[in-house]
Amino acid sequence: MSALSRDDVAHVAMLARIQLSEAELDRLAGQLDQIVGWVGQVNEVAAADVPPTSHPLPLTNVTRPDEVRPSLAVEQALAAAPMAQEQRFAVPRILDED
Amino acid sequence: MSTRTRTAETVVPFEEVMRRFDPVMGLEVHVELNTATKMFCGCATEFGAEPNTQVCPVCLGLPGALPVVNHAAVESAIRIGLALNCEIASWCRFARKNYFYPDMPKNFQTSQYDEPIAFGGYLDVEHDDGAGGTEVFRVGIERAHMEEDTGKSLHVGGSTGRIHGADYSLVDYNRAGIPLIEIVTTPLTGAGERAPEIAKAYVSALRDLLKALGVSDVRMEQGSMRCDANVSLRAKVSDDPASVEQAAVPLGTRTETKNVNSLRSVERAVRYEITRHAAVLDSGSPITQETRHWHEDTGVTTSGRPKSDADDYRYFPEPDLVPVAPTREDVERLRATLPEPPQERRKRLQADWGYSDLEMRDVVNAGALEVIEDTVAAGATPAAARKWWTGELARRANSEGVEVTAMGVTPAHVAELDGLVRDGRLNDSMARQVLEGVLAGEGGPAEVADARGLELVQDDGALEAAVDKVIAAHPDVADKIRDGKVQAAGALIGQVMKEMRGQADAAKARALILERLGVS
Ligand SMILES: [Zn+2]
Repeated sequence: MSALSRDDVAHVAMLARIQLSEAELDRLAGQLDQIVGWVGQVNEVAAADVPPTSHPLPLTNVTRPDEVRPSLAVEQALAAAPMAQEQRFAVPRILDED
Repeated sequence: MSTRTRTAETVVPFEEVMRRFDPVMGLEVHVELNTATKMFCGCATEFGAEPNTQVCPVCLGLPGALPVVNHAAVESAIRIGLALNCEIASWCRFARKNYFYPDMPKNFQTSQYDEPIAFGGYLDVEHDDGAGGTEVFRVGIERAHMEEDTGKSLHVGGSTGRIHGADYSLVDYNRAGIPLIEIVTTPLTGAGERAPEIAKAYVSALRDLLKALGVSDVRMEQGSMRCDANVSLRAKVSDDPASVEQAAVPLGTRTETKNVNSLRSVERAVRYEITRHAAVLDSGSPITQETRHWHEDTGVTTSGRPKSDADDYRYFPEPDLVPVAPTREDVERLRATLPEPPQERRKRLQADWGYSDLEMRDVVNAGALEVIEDTVAAGATPAAARKWWTGELARRANSEGVEVTAMGVTPAHVAELDGLVRDGRLNDSMARQVLEGVLAGEGGPAEVADARGLELVQDDGALEAAVDKVIAAHPDVADKIRDGKVQAAGALIGQVMKEMRGQADAAKARALILERLGVS
């Protein structure tokens, strides 16, 4: 049984703004489906008393005190921007919003 | 400004809608916490700082940067949950909400998905029952979860921008990462024609509660509290909106009106959407499930973006953060820090100030409770504070369409004005003129009174002379008063005030007239 269809891969690629050719879709759909299958094997060995986890370390409540730390200098902050204007990051205009 | 054409849409009068439809609302309020630092990094959260001066590798999403949760923000979230009568999760996680929009440099927002920190609560909201009394409407709270705010974009059009022929958005990430709590109600049914008022009353009560908790500045005009209003209509089958038959009718398709950023607008936006939905349904068309934009100036909403495939946010547990698991001891310790609930506080203040139920209701409806408390604290009498804020100032705010606190008159101004009246320096009509001056930005009350030359004549000689002159000029009226028709003195007082060009104490003039005529 296929867990990940070619359509699923095309949909995720659209959401991630990755353009895939038909050939790439064919190839990646197969590979990704295999990967999902392998990861799925964990479910077969996990007993009912093993809760799902999203983190390898058995930690909770790692927090920091609410104390201000220095921020970057503006020049440093904007250094990685492809373009800056008026001390702001300049990006192509977003069309579908006000 | 939207680039789309704004066409005025048809609406059905509200009263007519209410004869045939039952409105259902859902309100989502985002509130920025007033912590010193951001949710996941130590950047400062100061409002109004220069662009991109409060950013670091974490909140800019630079490779390798790791977030760490702000302890104070988690405590604030738990306190908000407790104040909203919620259960507090004993274990919950953050999740990534993935989307491509440059307001988040990471391409995801760290939020909570199916494991909110607080859930299953309610807030009892007092509102006007339309018959001179007060009713309590219980607003169900589905959840309150922790997340981070986004950056602010500034759109520069090709014709106005500095880059010729190009359309750019300029982004400031100072706000990106500021702790945000999203409070989501259950679908609110049973409100009927009171729906718009209840929406406003809920946001107002929530604002009071958050202010009392001290967890946020709750300044809607600065965007530290924002409301999204979901509205849908379904067929009305009963005159009682809370009846079992009405509750059995399936919900209609909803629209979500974004960023309704004042209390007054919450009521107006809900009312507008109700009347617009009815017109769409009457035309035989279905409601499109979409985002609507609220326009404060014209009082209408316009179509935003329909729900689409791009709204698949692919939430997954945030791998860079470990779960938040407050102990029961932590929760109880925080519960002990909750302030007096606003409703109880109102009862206490009403008793302290000696207001009648009706007076108190007017104060609450005018949203003037806080400002009166501050005015009394600044030295005014409770009666004077109420008179100014729910009278002259409320009328003015209403006609100008602004909040009563947004007109430039402060509690200290009103207390000072009241002091001038009580010291006998100003009478009532002069005090009104002084207020005009304060509203016009001419300065504080004493300053305005000086500049405009408004001061009661303290010289009793001048007042006595005026009284004698008026009595002599109206012997017939004087005789009537001598014969015991004391109410006739009103005519003479008016004449005396005219003689004094308004700059006299009317009560003093009355006493003097009666004394001269031997009836005091
Ligand atoms: Zn930062």
